[in-house]
Amino acid sequence: MSRRLQPVFALLLVAVVIGVPLWLVIATAGKSQGEAVDPDLTPPSEWHLLDNLRQVWTDADIPAALLGSMLIVAPTVAVVLLLGSMAAWVLARRGSRLTAVLYALGISGIILPPAVVTVVLLLRQLGLAGTAVGMIGVYVGIYLSTVIFFVTGFVRTIPESLEEAARIDGAGPFAVFRRVVLPLLRPVLATATILICLYVWNDVFYAFFVIGGRIDTLPLNLFQVASAGLYLNNWHLIFAYVILMSLPLIVVFAVAQRRIISGITSGAVK
Amino acid sequence: MTTAVETLAPARALPSARPGAIRRRTHPLWFLLPTYGLLLVFFFLPTVFNFVYAFTDWSGFKAEINPVGVENFTQLTSDGTLFRSLRITVVYAVLVAIFQNVFGFGLAVLLERDTTVNRIARTFFLVPVLMSALAVGYIFQALLQSSGLLADTTWTIVVVALIHAWKWMGLSMLIYLAGLKSIPLDVTEAAHIDGASRWRTFWRIRVPLLAPAVTFNVATALLGSMNGFDIVQATTGGGPARTTEILNIFIYRTFGQGLFAQATTMSLVLFLLVALMAFPVIYVLRKREEVL
Repeated sequence: MSRRLQPVFALLLVAVVIGVPLWLVIATAGKSQGEAVDPDLTPPSEWHLLDNLRQVWTDADIPAALLGSMLIVAPTVAVVLLLGSMAAWVLARRGSRLTAVLYALGISGIILPPAVVTVVLLLRQLGLAGTAVGMIGVYVGIYLSTVIFFVTGFVRTIPESLEEAARIDGAGPFAVFRRVVLPLLRPVLATATILICLYVWNDVFYAFFVIGGRIDTLPLNLFQVASAGLYLNNWHLIFAYVILMSLPLIVVFAVAQRRIISGITSGAVK
Repeated sequence: MTTAVETLAPARALPSARPGAIRRRTHPLWFLLPTYGLLLVFFFLPTVFNFVYAFTDWSGFKAEINPVGVENFTQLTSDGTLFRSLRITVVYAVLVAIFQNVFGFGLAVLLERDTTVNRIARTFFLVPVLMSALAVGYIFQALLQSSGLLADTTWTIVVVALIHAWKWMGLSMLIYLAGLKSIPLDVTEAAHIDGASRWRTFWRIRVPLLAPAVTFNVATALLGSMNGFDIVQATTGGGPARTTEILNIFIYRTFGQGLFAQATTMSLVLFLLVALMAFPVIYVLRKREEVL
């Protein structure tokens, strides 16, 4: 393609492929109920965007769902990163057959689908059904594999001599890990944080099974708003909700775009 | 948690390989305990349960659970549900893998040069990746509901696969871009000096060198969409006439009806499907990398 036409074509493609669906969200979220019944690409005759945002915020009780989402995302990320990188460090540094097998088991969760039905049974037996702790445990079980995969690969690129200096000073394994290894892992942990936040923040499938009806998260709440008889085909409210729910991620993306891109691609192309 | 200690305790007593005693002190295996304890309880144990409870009459209608042999499997095969869901899941996964990679590759080639316009365009193609899949589903339901595209018993599965590919094509694009960037310039220059046309250099030199990116993209798209749920649920809910009912939709629906054993059986089927497909898919794609 000629150098002159390429930018025109690229922008045209963005406008059609991404612009049209996003415009539908904004235009519909700005319409009155009557206008939004049959969503289309016409601009609203009068903008009600702020009113609609305010209405879902209170009617759908977004603050409670936001709290629920944060209550689950934050501990999940903290536990997964800390425990996962502890394990990954030892797995990367010890070259025995046992650790090779443990590593293979540890990353198998990247590909294998979690057993969503029986995990509910197990949580009931543990007395954790429908609780935030149970939900966090399930997410931790699913996403530890991602952390082990990323961090083990990263640790192997760090020279071990850095650890030895601290060890000669008499530091035990925990002190070495906390003071030497953990700070060095910062870039890879930043990547993993973003990826796991993205998955957990947007997850609705596992949440249905584990905490559906007990604790509200943003995606669960959106699903209710969209399927409840009261709101059925209230597209202006559904899309107002979509805007509110996507905002935090888009803000994070705007701030950390470069990090996200390098992180997503680092594991893929060797 | 006690079970985790039991499984790891004998392992610790094993003589570890070469570096031996020093490693045991500097990188102790107990660092693995919390992680593998949690993995055991929340990942491996439920998976083992899948193999047990698929052979029981566990349901929401009675308290006790009794073994019933392969009854769930015979019931699901005899009414055709099992193979139907399997077929739909595989068709869906293959379509998503094709569309997502074709779109992602096309975008990467189109937006390869680091111009301002291209950078802005790439950012926009990443927005769907960040959005909730549920939200993406609703957007396209609203966009397409009057067109009838989501109510066709033959073509709706293709449309839903296209939507899934739309959401994730930005990710494939990023990975193909990274792959294109990793090809050293002198390789393509050498081809030019040898008199190869740009077209020929592209298809004969650069595309084959993208093999690792293809492996990753095809494998993740294929295996990820077999475990899909949100987009199908939000666009069609499995309809029309259950023609888009992939395994996870079936699991969600039967679980909601209290038919836990049937849901478990299908969950086991999904597990086996992904496990059985993962090895050949990764093997074949790796083999291709070696040949090239």
